[in-house]
Amino acid sequence: MKAASRRWLGAAVTAGAVATGALIAAAQTKELVFGLHCDRTGATQTVGVFLCPGYHDYIALVNKKGGVEGFNIRVLEIDNEYKVPPAVEAHERFKKEGAVLTGLYGTPQTAALTKKLEEDKILGTSPGFGTAAGADGKRFPYTFPIAASYWSQGAAAVDFAKKQLGGSLKGKKIAYLYYDNPAGKEPLVILEDLAKMEGFEMRTFAVPAPGVEMGAQVLDITGRFKPDFVITHLFGRSPSVSIKELKGKGFPLSKVVALVWGASEADVKAAGGWGAAEGYHAMQFAGVGGDFDVLKDIVAMYKADNKPAPAAMETSVFYNRGVMVAALHVEAARNAIKAKGGAKPTSEDVKKGMESVKGFTLGGLVPPMAITPEDHEGGGWVQIWSRPTGM
Amino acid sequence: MFYRESGTYKTTYAADMALFPLPITKVAVAFWLVLFTVIAPLTLHDYYLSIINLVLIAVVGALGLNILVGYTGQISVGHAAFMSVGAYTAANLVVHFGLPFWITLPAGGLMAAIIGAIVGIPSLRIKGLYLAIATLAGQLIIEWVINHTPAISGGAQASIPVPRPTAFGIELKTQGQLYFFLLFFAVLAIVATFNIVRSRIGRAFVAIRDQDIAAEIIGINIYRYKLLAFAISSFYAGVCGVLYTYYLGIANYEQFQIVVSIDYLAMIIIGGLGSVLGSVLGAAFVTMLPIVIRWIMESFGTLFFSAADLPAVISSLRLIIFGALIIVFLVLEPEGLNRLWRNIRNYFRTWPFSY
Repeated sequence: MKAASRRWLGAAVTAGAVATGALIAAAQTKELVFGLHCDRTGATQTVGVFLCPGYHDYIALVNKKGGVEGFNIRVLEIDNEYKVPPAVEAHERFKKEGAVLTGLYGTPQTAALTKKLEEDKILGTSPGFGTAAGADGKRFPYTFPIAASYWSQGAAAVDFAKKQLGGSLKGKKIAYLYYDNPAGKEPLVILEDLAKMEGFEMRTFAVPAPGVEMGAQVLDITGRFKPDFVITHLFGRSPSVSIKELKGKGFPLSKVVALVWGASEADVKAAGGWGAAEGYHAMQFAGVGGDFDVLKDIVAMYKADNKPAPAAMETSVFYNRGVMVAALHVEAARNAIKAKGGAKPTSEDVKKGMESVKGFTLGGLVPPMAITPEDHEGGGWVQIWSRPTGM
Repeated sequence: MFYRESGTYKTTYAADMALFPLPITKVAVAFWLVLFTVIAPLTLHDYYLSIINLVLIAVVGALGLNILVGYTGQISVGHAAFMSVGAYTAANLVVHFGLPFWITLPAGGLMAAIIGAIVGIPSLRIKGLYLAIATLAGQLIIEWVINHTPAISGGAQASIPVPRPTAFGIELKTQGQLYFFLLFFAVLAIVATFNIVRSRIGRAFVAIRDQDIAAEIIGINIYRYKLLAFAISSFYAGVCGVLYTYYLGIANYEQFQIVVSIDYLAMIIIGGLGSVLGSVLGAAFVTMLPIVIRWIMESFGTLFFSAADLPAVISSLRLIIFGALIIVFLVLEPEGLNRLWRNIRNYFRTWPFSY
């Protein structure tokens, strides 16, 4: 009993010492706070569990190398479970802790916080969600999609189809298979306009939530409409179902292109593995795979601590997006600190810093976007990745 | 509420139905009023006020659902859809006609009440699980209609940005200002619920819940009162949706999906079915418990887990602890937090001479 209590006392003293040590350290070093909304447990947790570790790993790498311009970065992550009230609470918490920028997560959450961000003058990045109109920096000064919006993606998908079908879409048929929610419907306006301009026939096929049952829609596509190309825009578990269904009904996957949430490694695996997804095309707004210097640095950082590379890295599609978001956040902070001559930037300085991000590619992981006060999308870059046939 | 009576001395029905059962109740109410209108906004940081704001909005919704489920015994899993009806009604009125909140708020509530009464029609024929399925259909139909009607939803994104409400010429935008705005309506909702449930309507609801055939025999028009229960409940939901819209500055139906309906059911079951205090406690519990769990994990989690693993651990453990606590509470006291509170109070009522 005595020994036990002495041990506890020892632990308490140590803990106290560590705590005071941390306090002193925080007071001495220069620190920036980044707020990160995340979804590790909610409706879209298939993304969050890979994306958020990517974010943290990149920030850890930056801190290990001495921080950004001498500032240490502290990331405050709050899991919003893809619900709105926790996201509101998270934003207020970030504000209280003095966050200079926030990374949003989720379309309804982005919508709910757009006004707050503007009132509190803290920027929020929303890569891959939120409204496409958020790219307009004049109308929404504090939301930054910093990645291709669904409008840009829709346009890119049609452009890709055009190239694949020999340079002209006149008289061709394109099917649009989409998740029946606002995000799924967003590219429709662009697709309808393009259908008129390019002269192709487009038909839409809505998949109701939760999107794991689309046999009827796919049968309608393959059996009745018989399109020349299929554009899919699905989320969560449904992309893997679409791959399976289209393949099962005999539609060549080489004539399918998915928008950005349609092709993580996990989706392909769930659809039956790389062999099953032969020919499938999908859009990405960050580089895919592990062949980037920054990712190798992260692995080396783990190795230095005698730890294996993070498991989340295996789903590189989402992990790399986390790295990309973190890198752009750091870059915005760096620009802001430089503009202030090394002083601690405010959230408004960081917003200006984000608006001057240009030609920052992180060895190819980030597209060569140019974010300006007017264009918060940075140009709307996408890459199209394919699972080549005959491999 | 921090008082005790030494026995039950009520001799008339009027005394039993009184809003203030004891003179000291008025003192207790005054205490809570001072705490929430003066002390809390003066001492609390905006962040804590924002949490209370979320609770206040949830209180309005939970009260409405409790009138329907707790008092009238009609199950509904479409509560969130009625919130979205209120939210979009108010948002459209604000955007197209520039109406102030004191018109849009009741208008949103009324529209929700009408839709709620229509969705409630099946309750005249079916009960229990069957009614749950019927209201589930109501939830999905309303979601679908909003999603597919640009005239309501305002376009493909289905979100309508709304300007901040103004009261007495002040634009309410800080958490402190919104706190008073929301507190006013939450208190109004609480007082209104107290008055509904102690009046003829409320007793008719309770009679229907306990035995609807008996209620019909003693002269209660079941059709009318069941639909009225749906309408009143949906009115609260609609107001809750409007408050949400003003609080966030946007109406978006994705904030009112089926999960939210389930959350509100959880609130009233944990808080206590058929009790006003239970609705308030349940709303506070469900909204704040995840936040409290996270605070504790952030403060002490590093003693058990590495800092790098902590975010993932917090998210998962929070769900586990949240679920486990709900089970523990319901096993300890199936009638909810309200009953737990009453048990404590009754214990002290005759304490220390409990025999």
